[in-house]
Amino acid sequence: MNAGLVFDALLVAILLWLAAASLASRNLFRGVVLFISFGLVLAMAWGRLDAPDVALAEAGIGAGLAGALLLTALGRLRRPAAGSDEAPSAAEPTGAAARRGRPS
Amino acid sequence: MSSALLYAAAGVALFLIGLHALVWQRHLVRKIIAVNVMGSGASLLLVALGHAGPGATDPVPQAMVITGIVVAVSATGLALSLTLRLARASGQVELPRPRGDDR
Amino acid sequence: MKRRMRLRRNASRLLHLGLVLLLVGAGIALCLLIASLPRGAGLAPAVAAAVPASGVESELTAVLLSFRGYDTLLEMTVLTAALAGVWSLGPAPRLRVSLPGAVLLGMNRTLLPVVILISGYLLWAGGARAGGAFQAGAVLAAAGVLLLLAGATVPDRLRGPPVRAVVIIGLAAYLAVALGVMRDGRRFLEYPATGAGVLMLAIEAACALSIAAILAGMLAGGRPGES
Repeated sequence: MNAGLVFDALLVAILLWLAAASLASRNLFRGVVLFISFGLVLAMAWGRLDAPDVALAEAGIGAGLAGALLLTALGRLRRPAAGSDEAPSAAEPTGAAARRGRPS
Repeated sequence: MSSALLYAAAGVALFLIGLHALVWQRHLVRKIIAVNVMGSGASLLLVALGHAGPGATDPVPQAMVITGIVVAVSATGLALSLTLRLARASGQVELPRPRGDDR
Repeated sequence: MKRRMRLRRNASRLLHLGLVLLLVGAGIALCLLIASLPRGAGLAPAVAAAVPASGVESELTAVLLSFRGYDTLLEMTVLTAALAGVWSLGPAPRLRVSLPGAVLLGMNRTLLPVVILISGYLLWAGGARAGGAFQAGAVLAAAGVLLLLAGATVPDRLRGPPVRAVVIIGLAAYLAVALGVMRDGRRFLEYPATGAGVLMLAIEAACALSIAAILAGMLAGGRPGES
């Protein structure tokens, strides 16, 4: 029972918990954020399995880009009309500042 | 148990967790996340088995998994686009709740 | 009426229990199966023996582009087709309405040249260390995502053929090399003994550009312009 095995067991436990929590979470945004964390912890697992190229690909594409795609889709789902995608509340401070002519 | 076999078992568990969510969850975006988790589980199984053998680590499963990750992300992008289109056309983004189900 | 609802709810819970038991059973069976697999050396010795003749030093790059080059060619096809699918669903919706903040603009101004440099290094380093076309393409896609988040859109001059050229160049270069090497009696995708490394680097460079365009295009969510 060496330190490597203990670390791997902990990593696997975190991985499984993140996956289950991401899929069972009631709030979809929280689920996507947990999925991004899952991808990053999986990149650590690839590092433990002597696969640095896979770790790079997983962190960049599997966690980063897939997370960005999911978050953008969530934001677009909240606005059924085609066209502008930004939440009115989020756009208000910067949009109002821009309209007043000040750099935001 | 060697750590590689532990990761292989984790891959199996992830695949099954994803499969359960794919079948049981009604929201389409959750189903897409579930398919991604299944893919990650299968990839973990492949690379772990490549690491379990004696001697050097097998690079062929790693190449397959890199290919798999990129294809999975592009499929996710297409699936999300289809989901948005479906939501705009039908107004719904969840499958209908079965009668008697209190989910 | 209430009894019927209770029956349906119990049936649903029973169904869920059945599903969970089925999956747990499948999981145990799979784990037992995996534990009983013969533990051979895999393909590692064969790859290690064939790498010196392949033209690159990295085992993974040799596998990706030379030994299993056909798989990577098909992967580029799938990527391009997926983007065509996304483009077929409509024009790209606007990603932001308000002007981007100073922090985002300043970060982009500093980071984007560095990101391009890192992507180029990863592409070059893939021949001998961790790196390669996919990692370089992913980092370059991150630059594209930063630009999209800051509200950048494809300029009017580049909206038609130029954007499509960048998307298709990876697949086109791969097919050109795959067919071009058949001239001296070699088979499809059989690199010549000398110059294989240069050919693979050229393919990787084109593919990295295309991967970046395709992944950033996925975030954009539709055809460039027209909105």
